[in-house]
Amino acid sequence: MKRISIDPVTRLEGHGKIDIFLNDEGDVANVYLQIPELRGFERFCIGRPAEEMPNLTARICGVCPEAHHMAATKALDDLFHVDPPPAAKKLRELLYSIFYATDHTTHFYALGGPDFVMGPTAPVAERNILGVVQKVGMDIAGRVLKMRRDGHHLIKMMGGRAVHPNWGLPGGVSRGIQEDQRQEIERLGRDAVEFAKFSLQLFADVVLKNSDYVKLITGDIYVHRTYNMGTVDANGHVNFYDGQIRVVGPEGQEHARYAARDYQHYVAERVEPWTYLKFPYLKKIGWQGFVDGVDSGVYKATPLSRLNAAEGMATPLAQAEYLKFYDALGGKPVQHTLATHWARLIELLYAAERWVELATDPEITSKEYRVLPTQTPTEGVGCVEAPRGTLTHHYVTDERGLLTQVNLIVGTTNNNAAISLSVKKAAQQLIRKGQVVTEGLLNMVEMAFRAYDPCFGCATHSLPGQMPLEVVVRDACGVVQQRLSQFLGSGDEGRDVP
Amino acid sequence: MSEAAKGKLALYWAASCGGCEIAVLAINEKILDVAAAFDIVLWPVAIDAKVRDVERMADGEIDVCLFNGGIRTSEQEYMAQLMRRKSKVLVAFGSCASEGCIPGLANLSHRRQVFETVYRDLPTTDNAEHVEPQHVTHVPEGELHLPVFYDTLRTLNQTVPVDYYLPGCPPEAERIWEAVTAIVQGTLPPPGSVIGAETTVCHECPRTRNEKKIKKFYRTWQIIPDEETCLLEQGLVCCGIATRAGCGALCPQVNSPCIGCYGANEGVHDGGARLMTALASVIDATDPEEIQGIVREGIPDPVGSLYRFGLAGSELRRSRRKTNGAAAKAV
Repeated sequence: MKRISIDPVTRLEGHGKIDIFLNDEGDVANVYLQIPELRGFERFCIGRPAEEMPNLTARICGVCPEAHHMAATKALDDLFHVDPPPAAKKLRELLYSIFYATDHTTHFYALGGPDFVMGPTAPVAERNILGVVQKVGMDIAGRVLKMRRDGHHLIKMMGGRAVHPNWGLPGGVSRGIQEDQRQEIERLGRDAVEFAKFSLQLFADVVLKNSDYVKLITGDIYVHRTYNMGTVDANGHVNFYDGQIRVVGPEGQEHARYAARDYQHYVAERVEPWTYLKFPYLKKIGWQGFVDGVDSGVYKATPLSRLNAAEGMATPLAQAEYLKFYDALGGKPVQHTLATHWARLIELLYAAERWVELATDPEITSKEYRVLPTQTPTEGVGCVEAPRGTLTHHYVTDERGLLTQVNLIVGTTNNNAAISLSVKKAAQQLIRKGQVVTEGLLNMVEMAFRAYDPCFGCATHSLPGQMPLEVVVRDACGVVQQRLSQFLGSGDEGRDVP
Repeated sequence: MSEAAKGKLALYWAASCGGCEIAVLAINEKILDVAAAFDIVLWPVAIDAKVRDVERMADGEIDVCLFNGGIRTSEQEYMAQLMRRKSKVLVAFGSCASEGCIPGLANLSHRRQVFETVYRDLPTTDNAEHVEPQHVTHVPEGELHLPVFYDTLRTLNQTVPVDYYLPGCPPEAERIWEAVTAIVQGTLPPPGSVIGAETTVCHECPRTRNEKKIKKFYRTWQIIPDEETCLLEQGLVCCGIATRAGCGALCPQVNSPCIGCYGANEGVHDGGARLMTALASVIDATDPEEIQGIVREGIPDPVGSLYRFGLAGSELRRSRRKTNGAAAKAV
């Protein structure tokens, strides 16, 4: 049997690895996505005081520490039976909106966007942020850098540190904001709204006006009819910080709508011997293997999933874009994986609008940003929408608040099975009768990955979407026949045939 | 600097969260100055260079390697050895590589316990057959391999000799830039040094100290401290007193105690022991039983609180195995 291995730069990187096996006819027999690392937070947090968790679990991922910090803090509210004052919740959501806008910007401009702006068949050397800058103008680089710099500056100002904030407590946050800080947050938030509008316009001009791209997005290679998960507020609108978790089926019908605390009735995780990362699936549907459809418990939890699982966006400009999105793509749900990039920009706009809303809320500078818990800690669950999927922290403690059980279902992990499906489908489309579409395979598989913005920082430690790939084509005896490599931003031709 | 004089720089990550990479990127446009001074020969997050290219290099061909992350798997161990061999100067970059960081707390458990918790005991894990990840798995189509997950997380210098240490979780961008500048200008301290400040976080902290003693330690959720006076003197376990300066006392400025991410201050061999001594010095009691009561009440997890970032690199290093040695034996 012939095998094709797709490794990050090499198999020694510790990020992720794909093995594609071909059958005797040269068609794809099976595909395995392996995650080669484990750190064991669920075990070593046992015995620690629960209040350590926002800081301990931030170290799961240095790309999205705010998400873990926030989910942990919310789990502590639940654990200590304390309801934070309104200003505390608003401050948390404000910091979280700033984080979202910053993170989604990084993904679109540095990682996912270049495929579209430059075109999926553009030379590798141009398919990067520098290529984007050249094509659409130098001004854009400055705007992207400013957006990132502003975000990090404000997160540090509010949360103490730009990477790994030290801020969340059961019942609130450690410090609120002053009026002068509020003014700065508002000013930069208004810049962020303009930046998000500009980004959507760019997407419309460059991608949506090009029929080839639209064909690619809506084509068959990147479609999976899976369930979709996301958090919604009381009005059914997308919310990143709080709400109920809603799951809709492949045709858009509601499968479940539940409070975070009930998550274990709805989600289960499968263990496979060939990867360290588990595969979550919908418990009431069951695990049927790596297949999509209404009978398979495989689900997606991505920007696209959140839009599918909701009834709309809570802010006016994002809502208008939401309607435009479904109008253009033929109604809900949209199951085209590549539309995730568009959905991410709509979320960017929502995050920026929400940032301004909260920064101009009269209560945001209130001194009432913390209450002390008075009850004995027992058990708590905290959920937020991490940029890469619904994030769940679940703690059980003894009466002193020392942890006895910790369960974590992290953003990208939700999509572990769906990413495997996407890769398999791309491989099946591109490898037929032993014919490997070399350049196409690399970029199409990488695009299948990148749409999910996979942050195996949560499982391993690759930056979101930056999947340096190497494809090794071996014959049945394991001898290397061909070797191809590609890296976003690389200067080589993407070809290295020994 | 002329092209010919350019040095070779490598950056690598092992068992880490990616925060060190974000911190490097946070030096923003100065990254171009780094690129002007060095040929970056390996940096998985940002450039297209491959491990096999490094393998082909002569030993010592790389001038400086900044290595972040701890060593938990066979893959990471191989990379540490490779980068050591190929680099003239190997820098343990950030808390994980220097002293184990938060993932080092895993040394309070053994591999078997980690596996049983993650793959068997958790409420959402559906695994009646007790499947566990294997080094080699035979699937219908062939064999699949995973790196070996070791019993103990090691720091970089427990794996290979290290020349310098850059503390912080992650290091602040300004400190990274200072270290890079020292490398470029050849003003590095003697080998074996920590590149950083010699004082403690207290020296950078704007809060007022009154040399006040305390009768009780509070957990962070038990009091709302005032924003002006020393957090330790208000009864919070603030690690600043035994933690190296360099961050600018960021956490105390948002009314949170220092958690010690910059590691022990200069000249201290065991940060946890130093912190314990420092905490003892503020307790307003002389009776050993009373002191014990104060500590037990307010610091219920001494190892996790005193060795939060430094366990793997400390004298304690890991918990002892009680029984069933074979099950947890390192491979």
